Amino acid sequence: MSSLVEAAAKPATTELQWGLWWRQVRAILRMEVKKNFWGKRALLIYVFASIPVLLMFLLTFADPDSAADITKNWAAAQEVFANIFEALILRTMVFFGCAWIFMNLFRGEVVDKSLHYYFLSSLRREVLVAGKYFSGLVTSVILFSLTTGGSLFFLYLARDYPANVNFLFDGPGLKQCLVYLGVTILGCIGYGAVFMFIGLFFRNPIIPALLVYGWEWLNFLLPPVLKKISIVHYLHTLAPVPMNEGPLATVVEATSPWLAVPSLLIFTAIVLALAAVKIRKYEISYGTE
Amino acid sequence: MESQISNLESQTPVLKSPFAPSVMEAIDPSHLIVFRDVSKFYGEILGVNRVNLTIAPGITSLVGPNGSGKTTLMNLMTGLIQPTRGEIRVLGVVPDDPQSMFRFVGYCGQFDSFPRGMSGYEFIYSFLLVQGHPKKEAEAMTWRAIERVDLVEAAHRKVAGYSKGMRQRIRLAQSIAHDPAVIILDEPLNGLDPMARDETKRLFRQLAKDGLHLIISSHILHELEEMSDTIVLINNGYILAEGGVSSVREEKMEEHPMQIMIRCDRPAEFASRIFASDSVVEAQLHEDKHGLFVKTRNADAFYMLLNRMVAENGFNVEAVAPVDDNLNAVYHYLIGSGGGGQA
Repeated sequence: MSSLVEAAAKPATTELQWGLWWRQVRAILRMEVKKNFWGKRALLIYVFASIPVLLMFLLTFADPDSAADITKNWAAAQEVFANIFEALILRTMVFFGCAWIFMNLFRGEVVDKSLHYYFLSSLRREVLVAGKYFSGLVTSVILFSLTTGGSLFFLYLARDYPANVNFLFDGPGLKQCLVYLGVTILGCIGYGAVFMFIGLFFRNPIIPALLVYGWEWLNFLLPPVLKKISIVHYLHTLAPVPMNEGPLATVVEATSPWLAVPSLLIFTAIVLALAAVKIRKYEISYGTE
Repeated sequence: MESQISNLESQTPVLKSPFAPSVMEAIDPSHLIVFRDVSKFYGEILGVNRVNLTIAPGITSLVGPNGSGKTTLMNLMTGLIQPTRGEIRVLGVVPDDPQSMFRFVGYCGQFDSFPRGMSGYEFIYSFLLVQGHPKKEAEAMTWRAIERVDLVEAAHRKVAGYSKGMRQRIRLAQSIAHDPAVIILDEPLNGLDPMARDETKRLFRQLAKDGLHLIISSHILHELEEMSDTIVLINNGYILAEGGVSSVREEKMEEHPMQIMIRCDRPAEFASRIFASDSVVEAQLHEDKHGLFVKTRNADAFYMLLNRMVAENGFNVEAVAPVDDNLNAVYHYLIGSGGGGQA
């Protein structure tokens, strides 16, 4: 027994520790992604993520006039899509989808009274935060990339052949599609960190989530300094065809992608670091939840 | 609350460890579980207060009524909650270092809940992977744990479809799957049928014999008494007594003399003769007139007297049995609730 304890207390080399942590993150990913995709809770998120695709399908195929409009006026169609992407996909589906997925990573387990199994494992809590975050990220990126990709697919399908293929491969189409996907992924990265943090800090995370939602939606009205303290501002800047925010919007100089992407990633890293600090002192008290 | 606390403090007896202090000091601290002046408050509500406890290898039972602080002690030991004050070391490791601690600690808590959608096998296997065990090793460890709790046939069924006893057993298997040196079990016999209880108790005894620490809380006193090397009596967040059942019982001898039932011929004459002895406090004839109850503050002296009486006066003694030298009586005297099989 003593040798076992001595072995446990003996500090492993940094290299071994990283190897162990990587294995542990993979094990958490395996378990959580499975739960995210196959659990009963996943059904709601599937329905949710498919709404924009369904809308695009209906817009292009159920109504022959609008399909004809897309073919005739491709520039206008792209603008319509830009509005759908920012207002519906990014600010609604990705936002609430990430809220659901990431807040449930910890809060859901507290409700199910199963979080203690992780806490009772030989596992640094910071590694648990990383594992859970990556599992949420994998889930949300797969789901919402499919949402964005599916919506784009129907947009391009509505345009007559071969103009659509030419625009995609010989014009700016492919780059635009990749940027849309990139912005979707960045949305998942940023919102994911925020919602995981909220899920850890608040017993009832709905209210703070709605406050963040309000802040993100009212972002276009905020003065330039405050505008930059939001995720949607950077995502909006990065969009290939930015949504028209209307006459009331505050005009701000567009942030370059070279600044917007690192800013978002640094913001995410800070939020995750705070979550890791918080979880070190996190106490399990299911009775009071 | 303060008056309640001070009142309780005045009731707190001097603690007595089953091991002499010199023996406890001689044990390497890295083999002990040590609480040093540990308190835990949930806001204004007292969880446990000023706990000083040293737990050696073997089976240690935490005994006390609901809400007495047993689970709080276990949660503190495992770092699920943090102490408001004081220090805890489990075999020399602090509980807020889970990566080190849970390599040699297993905790089977009270919560009858599981991660969603898992089979018994997946439940154990997944958390072994989370601990960092390679797949092959985790697989072998999972089967070994499942075999130990006799759930091989149900291993691939969803835990949600298990009976309460099966769920209890699979949680036990999960807590011992990584071969811990310290196993903490909160009400581990709950929901088990008599056969499973016997099997589980046998497993506990075997683990204790192998030199492991087993810390068990239960409400079933006679079962704890059968298994335990040490009992820790806790009430309202205070440790009332610690030690072997007999040593704790001896502590209370002055306040509660030991009651011994004697089955013999001529019980009235027997009573009159022994009553002259200083060691006997009270003698009362049994209702059926075939025996008597004797109360003594010095059991050893009384047994010597009994031998002499039989030798000198030719009494025919059929049976001698202490009535209250057990955990149930100790619980009753220290905590005050009615005895019975359950606390």
